[in-house]
Amino acid sequence: MSGDQETVTNVQSETLPWPERFRELARQTGDDRLKAFYEAGCVAPDTPMKDVPFVAVDFETTGLDPDKHSIVSIGLVPFTLDRIKLGGSRHWLVKPQLPLHQTSITIHGITHTDIDKAPDLDEVLDEFLTSLAGRIPVVHYRNIERPFLNVALRWRIGEEIRFPVIDTMAIEAHLHPNRRLNWWQKLRGKQPVSIRLADSRLRYGLPHYPPHNALVDALASAELLIAQVQHHFSPETPIGDLWL
Amino acid sequence: MQAELIEIRNHLAQHSPFAEMPEENLDRVVSGIEVAYFRAGTEILRLGERNNYLHYVRSGAVEIYRRSGELYNRLGEGEIFGHFGLLMNRTVRFPAKAIEDSLIYLIPNEIFQFLWENDDNFTDFVETEDHSRLRSALSRREKSNQPMTARVTRLISRAPVTAPNTVRLQEAARIMTEHGVSALLLMDESGDQPSLSGIITDRDLRTRALSEALPSETPVSDIMTDELITTRSDAFIFEAMLAMLHNNVHHLPVMEGNRIRGVIALSDIVKHESQSSLYLVSNIYHQKDVKGLKRLSQEVPNTFVRMVREDANSHMIGSAMAGIGRSFSQRLLELGEEKLGPPPVPYCFMALGSMARDEQLVVTDQDNAMVLDDSFDPAEHDEYFLALAKFVSDGLAECGYTYCTGDIMATNQKWRQPLKVWKEYFADWIDNPKAEALLNSNIFFDLDGIFGQTEYTEELKTFIAERASNSQRFLAMLARNALNRTPPLGFFRTFVMEESGKQAKTFNLKRRGTAPVSDLIRVHALACGSRAQNTFNRLKAIGQTKLMPEDGVDNLRDAFEFIAIVRIRHQALAIEAGREPDNNVRPEDLSPFERSHLKDAFQVVSQAQKFLKFRYHAQVGRNVG
Repeated sequence: MSGDQETVTNVQSETLPWPERFRELARQTGDDRLKAFYEAGCVAPDTPMKDVPFVAVDFETTGLDPDKHSIVSIGLVPFTLDRIKLGGSRHWLVKPQLPLHQTSITIHGITHTDIDKAPDLDEVLDEFLTSLAGRIPVVHYRNIERPFLNVALRWRIGEEIRFPVIDTMAIEAHLHPNRRLNWWQKLRGKQPVSIRLADSRLRYGLPHYPPHNALVDALASAELLIAQVQHHFSPETPIGDLWL
Repeated sequence: MQAELIEIRNHLAQHSPFAEMPEENLDRVVSGIEVAYFRAGTEILRLGERNNYLHYVRSGAVEIYRRSGELYNRLGEGEIFGHFGLLMNRTVRFPAKAIEDSLIYLIPNEIFQFLWENDDNFTDFVETEDHSRLRSALSRREKSNQPMTARVTRLISRAPVTAPNTVRLQEAARIMTEHGVSALLLMDESGDQPSLSGIITDRDLRTRALSEALPSETPVSDIMTDELITTRSDAFIFEAMLAMLHNNVHHLPVMEGNRIRGVIALSDIVKHESQSSLYLVSNIYHQKDVKGLKRLSQEVPNTFVRMVREDANSHMIGSAMAGIGRSFSQRLLELGEEKLGPPPVPYCFMALGSMARDEQLVVTDQDNAMVLDDSFDPAEHDEYFLALAKFVSDGLAECGYTYCTGDIMATNQKWRQPLKVWKEYFADWIDNPKAEALLNSNIFFDLDGIFGQTEYTEELKTFIAERASNSQRFLAMLARNALNRTPPLGFFRTFVMEESGKQAKTFNLKRRGTAPVSDLIRVHALACGSRAQNTFNRLKAIGQTKLMPEDGVDNLRDAFEFIAIVRIRHQALAIEAGREPDNNVRPEDLSPFERSHLKDAFQVVSQAQKFLKFRYHAQVGRNVG
C-alpha cells in the first residue's frame, strides 16, 4: 500500500523542475539523511555555470553491474569553475556486500585486507550526503555512480536518491558525435576519438594522473569539466543546458 | 592531507623548493592547494591586481613579463611564480599569461608565509633571483629528461629582429646593438610578401667584415649567409642542437611554415642545458690552443655517459658524439689556418666512416681526408696542406681520436687530392671493383664535408650516388664484402654450454654487431641511389623504394638500434667503473633481457645478410651470363 503511494508521488515529481522536485522529495523521504540532503536544495536551471557549486564524485566498484557488484571506495572533491579546493576532498573505503573479484583488485589496488577494516557504506552515508548537499555532482560516465548508489540505498534504507548530474563523458560524446569510424577510415588506420577520462584530458593539456583511485579520478573529472567549459562553452552557460 | 593525494604530493616533491621540504610541511602545502585551469592565451596574473597565491605550474607553460611588457621568463612544469607579489604587499609585479593550456596549483598566502618564516631553504629559493635559480632549474631538468622532450619554442625569448637585405653593414650592426641580439634576419622585400633571404651574426661581422676591413657602407647581402639552415617550431631542442652541431652554425631561425617564429642561439641551448654535449661544443670553439682542446676532450666520456643516463637513443648519441668530433676537427682547422695562414687554394676537410655517418661513440680513431680545389699544384701548395693535415691529425690524436691504423688520414698524400682525382678514385672503385681493394675503400663511401668548401664533398656524394646505383658488379662485390662479418649466432649456443666454468668467450659488438648492419645497409642505399650517410636515414631512403620488404626495413632498424644501444651501454658502464671502454662483451656483461633480444636482433641481421646475398648475387649472375 505504502509502496504504491510512493510510486505515484515519484511519478508526479519526475516531471517537476529540479529545485521544486528536491522540495517535494524532502517532504516524501522517510530517511533523515536524505531529507537533509534534499533540504539543502538544488540551484535553478538558469543559474550560470560560474555560480554553481559542484562536487566531483567517483566510485570504485567490484564490477560494472550494480545488481551484482558493490562500491569499494568513494572519492569526492568540491569545486567551482574557478577553483578546486583539495582541502575539501574526501575519500572513503567501504566494505562491499558482495565479494571482491580478483580482477577488480588488480584494477583499483584495494585488497581484502584494506576492505576488512573498512566501514559499511551506511556508516559514511551521513558524511557523504552532507558533502554532496547543495552541490551539483559531476561524474565521468553517469551509469556508474547513480545506479550503484541507488542499489546500495535501496538495500539499506529502502529508498533511492534523485539528483541531477553533469557527465563529463556525455559532454565529450556530444563534442565528438562522429567518433565511430566508417570502414574507409578504419582501412586507412585512423584512430577513433576516445572519450575515456584519461584520453579526454589529453585533449585539454591536462596532466596524466594514475587511474583507478576514486579521489584522483574525481579530481580528474573536476579538472576536465573546467577545461571543457573554457574550451567549448562559457561560464555564463546555464547549468540546465548541461545537467542530465 | 588525504593519503590519496599522493600523486600531487609526489609531483611537488620532484621540484625545488618542495623537493627539499620536510614531510609535514609538504603535507600542509598539498592540503591547501587549490587547482585552476587556464586556456592557452589567457592571463593568469594582471599587473597591479591583488594576488593571494603562490602559483605552481603542474602542466602547460606560462610566460612572465616585466612591467614594461617585455618577456621576463618562461616557465614549465614544476616551476613557481607569483612569489614576488606575495613578498611585496600581495600585488602582482610580474604579470603572467598561459601560453599553453595550463593546470596551475595555487598555494594560499597563509601557507606561503608559514613556509617563508619556517623553512630556510624555501626562503632562500623564493628570494634568490635568476642566476642561481637557473642553475637549480638546469640540474632539475637534467633529472627530468628535459632535453629529449622540450620543444625549441621554449627557447624563443622575443619576436624575431629583421631588416631588409638591402641595408648596409653599419646599419645592420646598429640594429643588432639596439635590440641586443647576436643575429639579424635579412628579408627580401622585393616580392609581394617579404621572405627570409639570409642571416648575419656577430661572428660574421667580426670575421667577414671587420677582419677584412670592409667599408661600413658595404651591403649586408655581400657577407650574409644565404643558404639558411632553419628548424621547425615543433622540433625538439635536441634536434635543433644536432642541426647546429652538424652544420657548425650558432643560430637557427625557427620557422612555422613560412612564418618566422624567432631565432634560437647556441647560447640559449647552453643555458637550457648546461651539462649537455652542446655546452662542451661551445667551449671547443673558445679554446685558443691544442692544450685547451685536450683538456676539454677529457669531458667527452662524461657527456657520453650523461646522454646514456638520459635515455637518449643511439641516433641521438651517435650524432652528438660525431658533432663533438666534428667540432674538435673544425676548431683545429681554424687554429691551423691561424698558424699557417690562409690556404693557397680552396679545400674541403672531409670526415669518413662513423663520424660521417653520425654514428660515433667514445672509442674511435680518426678517419679523414682532404679534397682540394682542382687548381691545386702539388709543387706549390702541398707543403701547406700537409702541414695543416698534420696539425689537425696530431691535434685530434691529443684529444683522444687515435691515428687511423689503415692510414686513412689527410696526412697520407693519397688522401689529400684535388676533386678531379677523388672522382677518378671513386670511378675506379665503382667501375673496376676488386674485392680486396674495396674492402679497404669501404670507408670512403661514408663521407661528409666538415670544413671549408663542403660543396666538394656534396659533389662527390652525388657522383657516387649516380654511378654506384648503375654498377651491378660493384654492388655485388660490395655485398660480398658485407657478408664477411657475420653476427655471432653461435655465441648464444656455446654460451649455454660453457657455463660449467670454462673461460667464457667474448665477442666484438662492433665488428660482429653494428658493422655488419651498416655494411649491408650501405649496399642497399647505394643501390637505390641515396645520398644519405647515416644508417637510419639510409634505411628510410631504402624504405621508400621497393628494394626490400617493408617489415624487413622496420626489423632491421629495430635490430640495429638494439645492438647499438647495448654497445653504447656497455661502454658507458665501463667508463662509470673507471675502465677503458671497448667493444668486447662477455656473456656475464649482458642481462637476460639483453641476451634474448640480442639473439633476436642477430637473427634479423642474419636474415638480412641472406637477402643481400640473394638480391645482388642473382643480379650479377644474370649480367655476367
